[in-house]
Amino acid sequence: MMGSCPSVKNILVLDSEGKRVAVKYYSDEWPSVSSKLAFEKSVFVKTQKTSARTEAEVVMFDGYIIVYKFIQDLHFFVTGGDEENELILASVLQGFSDAVGLLLRNNVDKRTALENLDLIFLCLDEVVDGGIVLETDANLIAEKVSGHGLEGAGSFTEQTISQALATAREHFARSLLK
Amino acid sequence: MVYLIIKELSPSSDEVFIVTSSLMKDMNSKTDMYRANAIRVLCRIIDGNLLTQIERYLKQAIVDKNPVVSSAALVSGIHLLQANPEIVKRWSNEVQEAVQSRAALVQFHGLALLHQTRQNDRLAVSKLVSSLTRGSVRSPLAQCLLIRYTSQVIRESSTNTQNGDRPFFDYLESCLRHKAEMVILEAARKITEMDVTSRELAPAITVLQLFLSSSKPVLRFAAVRTLNKVAITRPLAVTNCNVDLETLMSDQNRSIATLAITTLLKTGNESSVDRLMKQITSFMSDIADEFKIVVVEAIRSLCLKFPLKYRSMMIFLSNSLREEGGFEYKKAIVDAIVTLISAIPDAKEIGLLHLCEFIEDCEFTYLSSQILHFLGNEGPRTSDPSRYIRYIYNRVILENSTVRASAVSTLAKFGALVEGLKPRIFVLLRRCLFDTDDEVRDRATLYLQTLNGEVAVGNTEKDVNEFLFGSFDVPLANLEASLRTYEPSEEPFDISLVSREAKSQPLQDKKAPGKKPPAGVPPPAPVSAVDAYQKMLSSIAEFSGFGRLFKSSEPVELTEAETEYAVNVVKHIYESHVVLQYNCTNTIPEQLLQDVTVYVDATDAEEFSEVCLKSLKTLAYDSPGQIFVAFEKPGRVPATCKFSNVLKFTVKEVDTSSGEVDDDGVEDEYQIEDLEIVSADYMLRVAVSNFRNAWENMDPESERVDEYGLGVRESLAEAVSAVTSILGMQPCEGTEVVPSNARSHVCLLSGVFIGDVKVLVRLSFGLSGPKEVAMKLAVRSDDPEVSDKIHEIVASG
Repeated sequence: MMGSCPSVKNILVLDSEGKRVAVKYYSDEWPSVSSKLAFEKSVFVKTQKTSARTEAEVVMFDGYIIVYKFIQDLHFFVTGGDEENELILASVLQGFSDAVGLLLRNNVDKRTALENLDLIFLCLDEVVDGGIVLETDANLIAEKVSGHGLEGAGSFTEQTISQALATAREHFARSLLK
Repeated sequence: MVYLIIKELSPSSDEVFIVTSSLMKDMNSKTDMYRANAIRVLCRIIDGNLLTQIERYLKQAIVDKNPVVSSAALVSGIHLLQANPEIVKRWSNEVQEAVQSRAALVQFHGLALLHQTRQNDRLAVSKLVSSLTRGSVRSPLAQCLLIRYTSQVIRESSTNTQNGDRPFFDYLESCLRHKAEMVILEAARKITEMDVTSRELAPAITVLQLFLSSSKPVLRFAAVRTLNKVAITRPLAVTNCNVDLETLMSDQNRSIATLAITTLLKTGNESSVDRLMKQITSFMSDIADEFKIVVVEAIRSLCLKFPLKYRSMMIFLSNSLREEGGFEYKKAIVDAIVTLISAIPDAKEIGLLHLCEFIEDCEFTYLSSQILHFLGNEGPRTSDPSRYIRYIYNRVILENSTVRASAVSTLAKFGALVEGLKPRIFVLLRRCLFDTDDEVRDRATLYLQTLNGEVAVGNTEKDVNEFLFGSFDVPLANLEASLRTYEPSEEPFDISLVSREAKSQPLQDKKAPGKKPPAGVPPPAPVSAVDAYQKMLSSIAEFSGFGRLFKSSEPVELTEAETEYAVNVVKHIYESHVVLQYNCTNTIPEQLLQDVTVYVDATDAEEFSEVCLKSLKTLAYDSPGQIFVAFEKPGRVPATCKFSNVLKFTVKEVDTSSGEVDDDGVEDEYQIEDLEIVSADYMLRVAVSNFRNAWENMDPESERVDEYGLGVRESLAEAVSAVTSILGMQPCEGTEVVPSNARSHVCLLSGVFIGDVKVLVRLSFGLSGPKEVAMKLAVRSDDPEVSDKIHEIVASG
């Protein structure tokens, strides 16, 4: 039976103006790029006025259920069909957004995301595979992604020294730019 | 990262092999991450042949210790199932092991894959479910899957045994107390969707009620949505939650608030309705248009449930009309008011007045015309029709041309149906003769002259009204097609030739893009086919004396697919003749058939006598030809019989390369299937737009009522469709759709019987006892004999 396996239709990361940062579609319902853009626009417009900072919010339109969350200036959306269990979608959203937070070292804003777009896409890949939920634990996702990108550099959580160096470098660069 | 790129690019099969060898090496590498990703990429890009090569590795991967690798392999298996099901099914042993594994998500993926492979085998699924419900399931996701499969098993097993034992129901109930919220939600949802007693439903509802007051919007939303669905079928069960729902009306999330309101509207009882109305009025200003439409629909159904409360609802609806709003919103309100007026006679005066006030400054032409038309139908029947004349005449002066034209028609209706107003209406209509628009002047002239009696139309006044205002029983699409093919000539356009067959519009679901392909425009082919048959048959000299073609059936296949000669037959029914048109196709290139005839054995059919036979001279490869056989039968009698058919011909060999035909041929016969002429062939499917009106207009003397037991049937829907097809009539107003879980259903059918006799049938079905279907049939027609015949057809069918 088609709907037996919980499936995700798409995951979107939009910026504060509704433009794409990273998106991945797992279903054929938006065949052309223009239809995808139209969908993203309508989703953004509908959720603009609400505030989904502390808790994930949910909205339903057009036969889709969309669970979303705003972190700083990025908007995360997870879409499913209207027969889907909303809590499954919420757990996918949670896993994905927390993993992104871990990977970007808690600087979840548009600039950092664009600089680390490859990490974000790897993250998207590790969360949902072709619509089927692959993993919802943020730590595991982040581990898988970093194990991927940094060859043989060991698990992410062990990189404390390099992490500290990187953070220091960033602070330094920022203070220079000011 | 490279893996991602390969997946995105999805190279074609030629280039693929470059990548596959390195990927296959990666599959056996030491680093587990590479193995997992390599597996996923490979499975995305390869086809069946390559799959068998790497199958061994995949099987190993499924039972690998590292959960990432086995998850990857299992998920790829799920995707591959679409394309190569047999290969994936061979892995069932490994997948079984995976299901028992300790890692949570591996179990989830394994369960999903196993279920997909065994979907069609109900026994296997129930075995799977039973083993897992006893065992332990680790991840919440796997639990949810299991719940879904369990409910599927329960649903399927209960269709067989009436008082089905619910083997897994206790498992579902225990899930209501699980730790993870998604499991509780899934279990509650599935319980509410099933057919359960109120006692079993109660714990699920309590759980949902708890969710209503949670802090997380997602939970509240899910709970309200489920309760909304329950409220449609079982409003009483949800009444306990009313208090929580009322607090939710002021929720920040507008979707939740709207759902809460609509649920309350469904479960409200008469006393709470007034209170609800007050709260809703304050609420409506906050929400967006599409939510408002949902609320209006809910109010409409509520009003139909509690007709006595129409006053407050009317006031509410008319106030909403006055406020700002888009076209869809106003249209929904107008539809609601119209429905209320038609359903509740007391509300008519108030409703009509509200509508009149609305059209005074309505900016949508479509709505104004619709309301004016409706006014024309209902206004003359009220106690004081002259009240509305002022509103209507103002439209004639003030609005644009479309609205003016509708207003003129409406005025004329008033004049025609209400004697006292006639002179005054004439004065008004005469003023319209000076309008700037053609349509308005035309209509005014038409009405003035016909109503005045200056132009004779029929004999009585009733005829005049029928002519002017009667409903148009020819579907517009057919009329348009016929007009297009009509060439101006001496003969005037004959409207009776236009086929009255209406193609039923498949219902377009809102979920169309995802679930089913949208049902587009009904194909114009059947219309032109009927006209084409008419032309073709009348061109054949022998058949031109048969009169007008009553009905042509759909082509019935008389041979199986892929036989040497494909034959299908179309039955043309005339008043006292039946013409069978055999369409034959020769699918053998090496043969040329000559002198092809059909020998029809009509020994079983006493009433039919063969009149003439038109054979086919030659039938070449792949060019279809027609053979006609005409029978005479007693006029107007729906004779039924069976014909056996044999195709007779002379076959000549053809040299395919040169196209030369052999000179001598061999005579041969080819047996094709029997053909039945049934009573449904004598019935034209004609839809009626307003069944109730048509029913009233028919002569009650011709009504015949009888009851039948239909025996054991699969489902109510099956019984409905069986009777509809035996009678061959057209279901009206969507009554052929039987809601699931319905224990009774009323189906309205209409058609035209041979001899141009209109027939209307009202069927009431009921489920008595387990699966026994009883049916009450009420027939009205223009001819009492035909009503009797209908009963005969059903009794013998």
